Amino acid sequence: MQCLSHQLRKIKLLITVPKASYPNLKSIREDFPILHRKVHGKPLIYFDNGATTQKPRLVIETMNRIYEQENSSIHRGVHYLSDRMTEAYEEARNSVRKFIGAAASHEIVFTSGTTGSINAVATSFGEKYVGPGDEVLVTVMEHHANLVPWQMLCERKGARLRAIPMNDRGELMLDQLDSLLTGRTRMLAVTHVSNALGTINPVKNIVARAHERNIPVLVDGAQAVQHLAVDVTELDCDFYVFSGHKVYGPTGIGILYGKEKWLEDLPPYQYGGDMVDQVSLEKTTFNELPLKFEAGTTNYVGAIGMGKALEYLQGIGLEDIAAHEHHLVDYATHNLSQVPGVRIYGMASQRIATFSILLENTHPYDVGMILDKLGIAVRTGTHCAQPVMQHFGIEGTLRASLAMYNTPEEIDRFVTELQTAKSMLT
Amino acid sequence: METKPIRQVQEEIVDEFSVFDNWMDKYNYLIELSRDLPAIDAKHKTEEHLIKGCQSKVWLRAEWDNGKIHFTADSDAIITRGLIALLIRVFSNRTPEEIMEADLEFIDQIGLRENLSPTRSNGLLAMLKQMKLYAVAFDAAKNKE
Repeated sequence: MQCLSHQLRKIKLLITVPKASYPNLKSIREDFPILHRKVHGKPLIYFDNGATTQKPRLVIETMNRIYEQENSSIHRGVHYLSDRMTEAYEEARNSVRKFIGAAASHEIVFTSGTTGSINAVATSFGEKYVGPGDEVLVTVMEHHANLVPWQMLCERKGARLRAIPMNDRGELMLDQLDSLLTGRTRMLAVTHVSNALGTINPVKNIVARAHERNIPVLVDGAQAVQHLAVDVTELDCDFYVFSGHKVYGPTGIGILYGKEKWLEDLPPYQYGGDMVDQVSLEKTTFNELPLKFEAGTTNYVGAIGMGKALEYLQGIGLEDIAAHEHHLVDYATHNLSQVPGVRIYGMASQRIATFSILLENTHPYDVGMILDKLGIAVRTGTHCAQPVMQHFGIEGTLRASLAMYNTPEEIDRFVTELQTAKSMLT
Repeated sequence: METKPIRQVQEEIVDEFSVFDNWMDKYNYLIELSRDLPAIDAKHKTEEHLIKGCQSKVWLRAEWDNGKIHFTADSDAIITRGLIALLIRVFSNRTPEEIMEADLEFIDQIGLRENLSPTRSNGLLAMLKQMKLYAVAFDAAKNKE
């Protein structure tokens, strides 16, 4: 009987939200070796893509080949390998430029990651343009990486940090934006997509409204570029930052896109080799863009690996990826809401397939530990976004963050095992 | 009542866990232990007794009672509470010397090492360190007297 009702429920689900996805999902999964391993004897379901994404074979093989056959320091050599590596590094920069639709390659600066990029702007821009009594505007849904650097800047400068609030659906209350953008606002730093709730913010509109008052905007794209087609020229943002490892590339590499006028204008934030032009003990002049912001030996192997990841994504097509993930959003929302006692935090009308949930009468850490034993990788806690948790008056959530290689079948298993965890814990 | 030596209690725990051949039974047992652990009095669930883990909260309170340290502890997560029950069983009502000298091999032997790794910031490892610190502190205070 139970089996029959289970079957009927499945049929019902099939009717309401089809399992169809883009035709090449299977071949995409084939490109990611780690997706075929087991954890605790169970097939891995990797739902922690908000923390980091897995790497396609193309990226892994490119980086292996560099270390085995091509490695040499860039921008320095007189020899074949160095020339070859420099060329590959600058090709990677161009791949990034194309990926986000920037006007010129020298607007792309390689950094250590999103956090490094934001700290660079907060330091460099902040030193030059933020003073006592000035304001920096963020939102309550920022990752700590796009909050704390600004908060520290404001403390150093005697400036004030203000935040755009959100509603209980996890959407920014943009009716308050115009009153929060004052004559003292020097910078607006806003996330493109919330890492904790999955909300996609209307950044193009936000940028336009800030620009009406000549206020520059930094957009944190760490949770956006792997899910949506992003065009910085169309967004017209002044800075756009993201990480390699969240966009199917390697760790320790990230991007700071800045409009040429800003990158020309701002002072370097780190000093060292490769970023200088003329150095004497009396005076140093700095190199041209983008090298002015790339002091020391950069993570060039990471940069080249990241370039390959972006080419790989463009090969699939961001529109197709977004369509598939949109389908996952609908499928997971529908199926999760069938589970008694599940509450999803953040139900914005525009969202990615990231689900912050709580299961009635359970602690997310307990549920996460049980899911782990069942081969399902999720994250629990505050997701480096404590103000978001404070908004909802909760200590933390269990976050399932899906990516382009995840499937409706994995969502089915996740939903089933959530109920296993619930029955063990309650 | 004569208290059993720490090592004997640890061996008993290892024995109890040896009947479980899968993680689910172990977790179910921890959940059961968690339900039997007396909750810490709400008035003691203060900042002062809180050991902050990023994932789950742990409260630990130590009282000096006639040459021995009496621990009470609690957590907001149920599996963490089960592990706390084990640690209390091993370490509570012991002299500072016993606590300072005790090793933690039994955690390995029952296959729950991962729950005490520093990468799991569930507060348990910090709780263990705190228990040992209390032992050192009470020992120092005792020797002063």
